[in-house]
Amino acid sequence: MKKKAKKHNASAITNPSQLRATKRYAPIFLWPTFIAFCIGFVWPFIWGIYLSFFRFKTLRNTTFVGLENYVKAFSDKDFYSSFWFTVLFTVISVIVINVVAFLVAFVLTKGIRGSNIFRTIFFMPNLIGGIVLGYLWKIILDAVIMRFLDSTLALNATYGFWGLVILVSWQQIGYMMIIYVAALQNVPGEYIEAAKIDGANGPQLMRHIIIPTVMPSITICTFLSLTNGFKLFDQNLALTGGKPFKETEMLALNIYKSFYESTTNMGVGQAKAVIFFVIVVVVALAQLYFTRSKEVQE
Amino acid sequence: MDNTLSRRQKIGRGALTAIFSVVSAVWFLPVIVVLYNSFKNNDAIKTSLFSLPNAESFVGFENYVEGIMHGNYPFYESILYSLIITILSVALILLCTSMAAWYISRVDSFFCKVVYYLCIFSMVVPFQMVMFTLSKTADKLQLDTPWTIPIVYLGFGAGLAVFMFTGFIKSIPIDIEEAASIDGCTPLQTFFLVVAPIMKSTYISVCILEVMWVWNDYLLPYLVLDKTKFRTIPIQIQYLQGSYGQVDYGATMALIVLCLLPIVIVYLTCQKHIIKGVLSGAVKG
Amino acid sequence: MKKILSIVLSLGMILALFAGCGKQEKGKVYYLNFKPEQDAAWVELAEKYTELTGVEVKVVTAAEGTYEQTLTAEIDKDAAPTLFQVSGTVGLESWKDYCLDLAGSDLYKELTSDDFALKEGDKVYGIAYVYEGYGIIVNTKLLKKAGYEVKDITSYAKLKEVAEDITKRSDALGFDAFASAGLAPSSSWRFSGHLANMPLYYEFAEDNVTSQPAKIKGTYLANFKNIWDLYINNSTIDPKKLTNEQNDAAAEFKAGKAVFYQNGTWEYSNIAEIGDENIGYLPIYVGVKDEKQGLCCGTENYWAVNSQASEADQKATLDFLKWVVTSEEGTTALAEKMGFVSPFKSAKPVANKLCNIMNEYVADGCYNVSWAFNYTPNVDTWRAGVVDALAAYSAGKGQWSAVEKAFVDGWAEQYKASKQ
Repeated sequence: MKKKAKKHNASAITNPSQLRATKRYAPIFLWPTFIAFCIGFVWPFIWGIYLSFFRFKTLRNTTFVGLENYVKAFSDKDFYSSFWFTVLFTVISVIVINVVAFLVAFVLTKGIRGSNIFRTIFFMPNLIGGIVLGYLWKIILDAVIMRFLDSTLALNATYGFWGLVILVSWQQIGYMMIIYVAALQNVPGEYIEAAKIDGANGPQLMRHIIIPTVMPSITICTFLSLTNGFKLFDQNLALTGGKPFKETEMLALNIYKSFYESTTNMGVGQAKAVIFFVIVVVVALAQLYFTRSKEVQE
Repeated sequence: MDNTLSRRQKIGRGALTAIFSVVSAVWFLPVIVVLYNSFKNNDAIKTSLFSLPNAESFVGFENYVEGIMHGNYPFYESILYSLIITILSVALILLCTSMAAWYISRVDSFFCKVVYYLCIFSMVVPFQMVMFTLSKTADKLQLDTPWTIPIVYLGFGAGLAVFMFTGFIKSIPIDIEEAASIDGCTPLQTFFLVVAPIMKSTYISVCILEVMWVWNDYLLPYLVLDKTKFRTIPIQIQYLQGSYGQVDYGATMALIVLCLLPIVIVYLTCQKHIIKGVLSGAVKG
Repeated sequence: MKKILSIVLSLGMILALFAGCGKQEKGKVYYLNFKPEQDAAWVELAEKYTELTGVEVKVVTAAEGTYEQTLTAEIDKDAAPTLFQVSGTVGLESWKDYCLDLAGSDLYKELTSDDFALKEGDKVYGIAYVYEGYGIIVNTKLLKKAGYEVKDITSYAKLKEVAEDITKRSDALGFDAFASAGLAPSSSWRFSGHLANMPLYYEFAEDNVTSQPAKIKGTYLANFKNIWDLYINNSTIDPKKLTNEQNDAAAEFKAGKAVFYQNGTWEYSNIAEIGDENIGYLPIYVGVKDEKQGLCCGTENYWAVNSQASEADQKATLDFLKWVVTSEEGTTALAEKMGFVSPFKSAKPVANKLCNIMNEYVADGCYNVSWAFNYTPNVDTWRAGVVDALAAYSAGKGQWSAVEKAFVDGWAEQYKASKQ
């Protein structure tokens, strides 16, 4: 909505002497971050792409193999199944998280008693780290599944899948809810009043007034839950660890294992990581493009 | 407002409150379950997770003592290292990235633009992409201690922080700084005396986001730190689950409670800031 | 103030980058140990050595089932292990580039027999440091209470009869036949590694396999199923709970809750408290060639010295090893603290009832069931697949055919993957 990029030049220093003085301070202002950024991101990124064309187990011993690692990655059936598992998981969790979060937010903005307490409670799980969350839910879900279904998470991939959905829903619904609450509070009251006078009913109000106004938030929330779903690692590792038979292994975990478990060629892992990176970028761009274009239409 | 409500609406609202009370209770249940199980003995946890401790199964703080003091790795060290890493990293990130962001916004050069767009780009890149090479780089540069890992965090976390700070700095009118400069302020003085105070709320937001990230982060410290000496809380929890002989369920419950406790306390005391910080990160991302 | 702080911080960062450039030239030892049971003893021994010589010795033990993973990560580090373990010929294949030729070393000269050296031509890449045997450890006191003697049990059929009889009367007796066959990582290797050796051994023996095979047939998997069924159906715990971390077979055995406990000579110190007179040791009978069957003896533990380490570190490591296998302190620790039967000339006799029984079997002319599992490709991954399948089967959630698949197809897959 706001075109911030255009303002870039406007915020820059125009006064030449002031600019010169500022530039002299670059070593203090810019360099520490820039150097660390190179260590922590730029160099590992470039090196990672480079290494994906090599066969290696240790870095003292690398052989250039061209695209062989990519061919191997694409012919790895575990990689495929983890891809589809990730897609399925992401689709379902995005829907569950956003629908529930929106409904909760909708009710909480109606001004019912206790809204603040509910909001506090719903948001809290978001602050807990993935590993602790995974372990916490593993204990609880295993006890429940054992009692009622006579099985465990490690024995049945279906339970593992829904366990993951429950876990991330618990973690993220509160977060998305807060974003929706903020958006819903900004829906102008006059519009709703005016629409009501015109005889609009509830569903119509929702479709024609509320959803269009909160569309930017829907974009943000789908975007966030989508990338979260694709990149999920800690929760996956702690809750199921890919068990049974790697059936609940998601992309990030599959890549991790290609690097660090019984591997003779880490190059395949690095090639998978590059593919993963491309997938995440494409998904993010496609999603942004899709929802943004919808926003404009509305 | 309330007097304009019809009777039906009032009943509806009451019902909603009731429903939401139940839902909230269920929502909070996992935490409660772990809390009271941390006072039960192993057998009771194994056989009946959901029953409250009774005279037979209640063991007081035994699990806590066991969890903190025993095992292959003392848990208080994990807490300590988690604290050190989080505080140092976040302080470093706040200081360095806000300065860098200011410089990038104020100096209109090609280089600054490149850095800025690289930062945005880095926010999309999944950690797995750089996981292996980053851990090797960190090892080569001997960044494998709690005192040096903040540099890695600064590097990998720079993207979001720079992005958020620039977003705010661009909205600060440059006239104030120009005036300061004419008054003879050096850029450092201008930044710390004029710009930084204006950015207080952004500092808080970025701080909260980064604390949540670093405190809960598992894979980066797991790959970078020398695990024989330094294990953060998530690393130690994962170790408990993964390997090395027998797991003591009671002690594990106690450790989870110890992980949750500070989070819940901090959250309840500065809820407003946290929610605002998290929101600003989301809205800008 | 803040200005100073910022300068100090950026300076600190730059300094940190160059820290550690000035290393001293005295060699250091870094031992990446494989056996968690002996972790404490190694640490203690290392400290003693440092005290005596001033040479720093760091001992790190990898968590169960993660040795390859840990070694792969560690060896690339600047401070890489100078001493690590390769598990036989398959392990050597992936680590040969890092194995120093030990042919001229004092350590090699200390070996009692060339059988314990991992050789390729004239080059010696690994030195075995322990000779072990596993089987079914028996609490003879309990067995007697149930009305049997160790010598009664000479075949799978008899073992089954005894175990099932004990299960039938377990309420009255107050104990069960087998200690829990836990499938959590801390214990699962006893089955995916050691018990799985039985069908592998007999198959390889029949087919004259003498090097790592690309495929296996699973000829004797039915026998594996028999013994596994026996373990889980006559055990202290419900088979559904095998994956539960809480199972502690050693504790059950020590507490007199079980008669039989499959494990090896290394476990002696852990169970010694039941008293030597109450310890018996049985081969794992699976009904293939029960007559004259002995225990499963062998080694998968070869020391290798990192050839890529600095010369000073290599020398320090070799000196340390020489001290360990020749000095009073070292040999005592190996024999007593770690309970190792080690193949070195100055090795001390081991006060280990299990080892003594192991030797009796050899003296009686029983055949040795050698460690065929040393051929396993990508061993940790292959075993993980077998464990998942066993867990599902035991909980009644999976078919035995899944175990067969994990066994046979898993082998072929991991072989292919390991040659990638």
